[in-house]
Amino acid sequence: MSTVAVEVAPTLPEVHYLNADYGWRSWLFTTDHKRIAWLYLFAITGFFAVGGLMATLMRLNLIEPQGLLMEPASYNKLFTAHGLIMIFFFLAPSIPTVLGNFLIPIMIGARDVAFPKLNLLSWYIFMLAGSTFMFSVIRGGVDTGWTLYTPLSTTYANGHVLSAAVGIFISGFSSILTGLNFMVTIHKMRAPGMTWFRLPLFIWSLYATSVIFILAMPVIAITLALIALERVFHVGIFDPALGGDPILFQHLFWFFGHPEVYILILPSMGVVSELVAAGCRKRVFGYSFVAFSSVAIAAISFMVWGHHMFLTGQSVYAGFVFSALSFAVAIPSAIKVFNWTATMHKASVSYDAPMLYAIGFIGLFTIGGLTGLFLASLGEDVHLHDTYFVVAHFHYVMVGGAIMGYLGGLHLWWPKMTGKLYPEAWARFACLLVFAGFNLTFGPQFILGYLGMPRRYAVYPPEFQVLNVMSSAGASILAIGYFIPLVYFTWSAFKGPIAGPNPWGAKGLEWTIPSPPPTNNFEETPIVEEAYAYGHEEAHVG
Amino acid sequence: MADAHVTAVPVAHQFDDFEQQTNADTFGMWLFLATEVLFFGGLFCGYSLYRNLYFDAFTAGSHLLKVKYGAFYTVLLICSSLTMALGVRSAQLRRRTALTIYLILTWIMGFAFVYIKLRYEWYGDYLEGLAPAVNWAPSRESMEMINHFHAAVPHVALFFIFYFCMTGLHALHMIVGVGLLTTLLIFTRQGKVTGGNYNWVEIVGLYWHFVDIVWIFLFPLLYLIGGRYV
Repeated sequence: MSTVAVEVAPTLPEVHYLNADYGWRSWLFTTDHKRIAWLYLFAITGFFAVGGLMATLMRLNLIEPQGLLMEPASYNKLFTAHGLIMIFFFLAPSIPTVLGNFLIPIMIGARDVAFPKLNLLSWYIFMLAGSTFMFSVIRGGVDTGWTLYTPLSTTYANGHVLSAAVGIFISGFSSILTGLNFMVTIHKMRAPGMTWFRLPLFIWSLYATSVIFILAMPVIAITLALIALERVFHVGIFDPALGGDPILFQHLFWFFGHPEVYILILPSMGVVSELVAAGCRKRVFGYSFVAFSSVAIAAISFMVWGHHMFLTGQSVYAGFVFSALSFAVAIPSAIKVFNWTATMHKASVSYDAPMLYAIGFIGLFTIGGLTGLFLASLGEDVHLHDTYFVVAHFHYVMVGGAIMGYLGGLHLWWPKMTGKLYPEAWARFACLLVFAGFNLTFGPQFILGYLGMPRRYAVYPPEFQVLNVMSSAGASILAIGYFIPLVYFTWSAFKGPIAGPNPWGAKGLEWTIPSPPPTNNFEETPIVEEAYAYGHEEAHVG
Repeated sequence: MADAHVTAVPVAHQFDDFEQQTNADTFGMWLFLATEVLFFGGLFCGYSLYRNLYFDAFTAGSHLLKVKYGAFYTVLLICSSLTMALGVRSAQLRRRTALTIYLILTWIMGFAFVYIKLRYEWYGDYLEGLAPAVNWAPSRESMEMINHFHAAVPHVALFFIFYFCMTGLHALHMIVGVGLLTTLLIFTRQGKVTGGNYNWVEIVGLYWHFVDIVWIFLFPLLYLIGGRYV
C-alpha cells in the first residue's frame, strides 16, 4: 500500500472535510470533530502567544537584578497570568483538543466522536472561559501565583480573583465534557476488530488523560466556587480568624493540581509513542507495558498531592507516604522512556522533524522527571522548595516534555490535517533551535535554584545575574524557535506540496484514508486485524 | 432490542446502530455522575474536616436545623425515586399514559422539595438570623443552644456555611432535574419517548437517583449530628 502511494505523484482528494462546505457558519456551527480541532488550534495558538509574550517580558525583566522593566507588583501579575494561561488555556487543552479531537475517531475507525454537539459546546465553553479569564487580566489581573493560595486570594487579595476564578471554573467544565466525550468514544465507537490491545498508544494515553479530566476537574471547580464565596461573603471557610483552615485549600487544590500536571504530560507521552513508532517504522517495544503505564500514572497521580505540601506542617507520616508514592510515579514514567529507547534500538531511525521532537522529548523529559525525584524526597525538598529548581523541573516536563510532544505531533499529522507538506529543513532547524533555546533557558535555572534563588521574585541578588542573563538569552532563542513553525505551517497550508495519504509510510488507520480526510472519515467502516503492522517490510531493513 | 419499531428511530450519523447509540448515551451519563461525585466530594471533604475540628459547634448547628423538614424531604425523595423507576419501566414497555403519570408524580415531588426548601426552610433560617454573611444574628434561643454545647459562634457559622453550600448545590441539581423532567414530559407528549427513545427516561432516571442518593448522605450528616432524632 504505502510503496504505491510513494511512487505515484499524490493528488488531493476532490472533496474533503476542509472544502466540503464553505462560510463562517460551516465552521462555527460545525459538529465535525476535525473542524472542531481547527477551532481549538486557533484558540490555543492565541493563548500560547499571549502566555509566551508574558514569559518573554518576565525574562526581560530578570536581566537586571533590580528589574529592567517593571514594578514587582506588575511582575507578580505577569507570572500569575503566564502560569494560569499556559496551564488552563494552552497546555491542558493542547494535545487532547487539537490532536485528540482530530485523531481519536479516525484512529479507532469511527465517523465522529460519540457526542459531536457536546464537542462543539466544549469549544464554546472553552472560549467563554478564556474570554472571562482574559477580562480579568485586562482589568488588572491577579497576583497570587497560579496556585491561588488562600488567604492571598481571599482575605488579602488585591487583584481580580473573582473573574479569574470564574474563568478557570468554566474552563473546567469544557475539559470535563471533552474527557467524557473521549471516554465514551473510545469505549463505544471502536471499529470491528479494534480491540483494546490493538488501540494506538496515543489512544491509551488520552484515555488516561480523560479519566483525570473527569475526576480532577470537578474538584478544582468546587474549590474555586468556595474561593468565590469567600471573596464575596467573607464567610471564613479558609480564614483562620473565623475558624477556617487555609491549608484545606492547598489540599483541595493539589488533589486537583497534581493530576492536572499529568493531564499536561500524558497526552505528550502518547504522541511520542506514535512518533517513535512512525520514525522507527516499528511497533513500540513492550506495547502493553507502555499502555498500562499510562493508566498507572493516572491512578497514582491522585495519591501524591501531598508532595507539594511537605513544608506546610502536614504530618511527617503523611509526608513519608506521599514521598514514597511520588517515587512510585517514576516507575511507569521510566518504563515509557526505556521502551521508547528500546524501540529505537537497531531500528532504521528517521531524523525527520517529528522524530527529532520525539528524541528531544525523551531526553528533556528524563531530566525533568529525574529532577522531580529530588523534590519528592523529604529532606532535599526543604532546600529546594519554592526555588528556581522547581521552576526548572516543571518547565523541563511541561515545555521540554509537553510542548515538544505537541509540536512533534503537529509535525507528524500536519500532512494529514491539511494534505500538505511543510519544508522539512526549516522544521528540523526550528526543532534544533527549540531544543537549544530551551536548554539555555531552563538549564541555568537548576543551578540558580540550587544556589537558593527563590521563585516568583522580581528582583534578585547581583551574583545571580550571569545565570539569569543566560536564561533570558535562551528564552529569546526559544521564542524564535516557536515562531518559525507558525510561519512555515501557515505557508504550507496554502502553498505546500501535496502530501498524499501516507507521507511517512506509517501504520495506523489515519494513514489509510486520504489527506485531508473526507467528512465521514471512512468510506466504509474498516476492519482491524493488527496494530502497528510494521514487521512485514522490516525484513529488508535489518 | 431487535424490535421492528426500533428501526424507525433515527440514529445519529456517527453511530452504526441504535444499540450503540443508547449504550453510548447511558455510559456518558454514568461518567457524568462520576464527575458529580467528585464535585460534591470537595464539599464533603471540607465538611468532614470542620466537623472533626469543631464537633461541638456542628452538633449545636445541627440542633438549630428543623429535623422534620429533613425527614420530610427524605421521604419525598425516596418516593420520587420509586415513581422515576416505575417511569423507566413504563417507557421500556411503551406505556405512554403510565409514563406520563409517573413523570408528573416525580415532577411534583421534585418541585415540592425545591419549593419547600427555599420558601420555608431556607427563608425561615434567614429570618432567624442563621444565614452567615447575609443575616447572621442568632436569636436568644439559638444562643442558648450554642452555649449548651459550649460551641464558638464563628464555628457554628462555619456549620451553616456548609449546610447552605451542600444543600444549595443539591437544590441546584434538583432544579436541573425538574427541568429535565419537564423536557422529558414534552417529548413523551410528542410520542418521541415511547417511539423508541425510552433510553432518555433511563438517563434522566440515573441522574435523578444520583441526586436522591446525595440527599440520603446529606440528611444524617447535617440534621442528625449528636444522636438527634427530634
